[in-house]
Amino acid sequence: MSDQLNETWVDAGHVDDIEKEDVIRFDHGGRTFAIYRTADDKYYATDGLCTHEKVHLANGFVMDHIIECPKHNGRFDFTTGKAQGAPVCVNLSTYPVRTDAGRILIRLG
Amino acid sequence: MSAPAIEFDYSLLGKNAKLAEERGLASADWYSSPIPRKRLKELMQRRDSSAIRDTLLWFGLLGLTGYLGYHFWGTWWCVPCFIAYGLLYGTASDSRWHECGHRTAFRTAWMNDVVYEIASFMVIRESTSWRWSHTRHHTDTIIVGRDPEIAVPRPPDLVGIAMAFFILKSGPKEFKRIARHCFGSLTPEEKLYVPESEWPRVVRIARIWALIYAGVIAWAIAIRSILPLMFIGLPSFYGAWLMVVFGLTQHAGLAENVLDHRLNSRTVYMNPVFRFLYWNMNYHVEHHMFPMVPNYNLPALHAELKADMPKPYNGIWEAYREIIPALWKQSKDPAFFVRRELPPTAKSGPNDPGFTYARPAEPL
Repeated sequence: MSDQLNETWVDAGHVDDIEKEDVIRFDHGGRTFAIYRTADDKYYATDGLCTHEKVHLANGFVMDHIIECPKHNGRFDFTTGKAQGAPVCVNLSTYPVRTDAGRILIRLG
Repeated sequence: MSAPAIEFDYSLLGKNAKLAEERGLASADWYSSPIPRKRLKELMQRRDSSAIRDTLLWFGLLGLTGYLGYHFWGTWWCVPCFIAYGLLYGTASDSRWHECGHRTAFRTAWMNDVVYEIASFMVIRESTSWRWSHTRHHTDTIIVGRDPEIAVPRPPDLVGIAMAFFILKSGPKEFKRIARHCFGSLTPEEKLYVPESEWPRVVRIARIWALIYAGVIAWAIAIRSILPLMFIGLPSFYGAWLMVVFGLTQHAGLAENVLDHRLNSRTVYMNPVFRFLYWNMNYHVEHHMFPMVPNYNLPALHAELKADMPKPYNGIWEAYREIIPALWKQSKDPAFFVRRELPPTAKSGPNDPGFTYARPAEPL
């Protein structure tokens, strides 16, 4: 079961690596992701770079379910990846996330 | 051997646009002062209360001064009323446009968008295209050939700057732009920074504005008085002068083509009245470095970063004691600019040490 999990789900760190209402960067396989923790302890993952100018969203600001890009204040709903309007027009890809024994697991591919 | 001739090409489609890309100045990584993430998170927090209070006060004062201007119309007493109304309309709208454009003023997104649209109209900046222009200004601040909002290109046009105090150059230009947009036409430069998906919105907003202006002009003609235009239209011109006084302190006379906002922007201490009108944009270095911090938290951000910043200017007058001679000198020697000194406590940015400031034709 554990091997099967490792095949599909990638360990992205400990649940306490992220503060509540915050985001961290996670790099894996040459790609970069942003992992979010909400105020009510739910975890989400999206692509790590803003679709507008490829800035790392992990340096951005989490407000409710919104991630705001640190460069131009572009906003996405990180639960769906949906761009919330100019200057971001292209949605983010999202990835399923679950926690297991204190670890954050994200499903890639 | 003489230095190469300086070419002052600030267009976004010219030689310097290509040079900026070739030399890594386009969409580059900028210096950022160190600040603990926890503290930055605190400073990024948004609240509606400050912006609602300021917006109610702003519209309340607009209503009061506007009413008094109407009441005293035909007497000299209307002059101070319209001076105040004009400043609230033509100057304060600039900072509201700016802060709500960043969507940092209010916590609630739609409130930012509503005030942004109103302020855009008041300051005559067509809301969609200017949002994208300002986005580019933040990506490539004062990078020649990239930034569409370089207010004082070299050599400075001193007559043009004087005209800017009543937006006598930019105002008519904006009206031409609105007219062009009404017919669905964007310039090649606008097409560079406004995504195609936004073009219909540009046209729609321009048509709404044209209808409003046409309505006010028709009203003025119908009653044979300029009074309606004193409330809508003209205050964008006669009330703009303090916006320009504020705005020139942001970057005028400083370095171009540097990847460090400490070297191309100014932080200027201002009194509470000016800070209300300007919504704390006098903390301009801090704003550019951390645009997610709302205007009401900029003084606290300034306190956090002070040791890493050049000395702030102690008032508008101190800033202008530098700006006026700098622009005068640039009009004779366009290669001149003001070099900001970093304090010994400051960290080195990407342009230090041994940093060479660039001329307009030779980005780093």
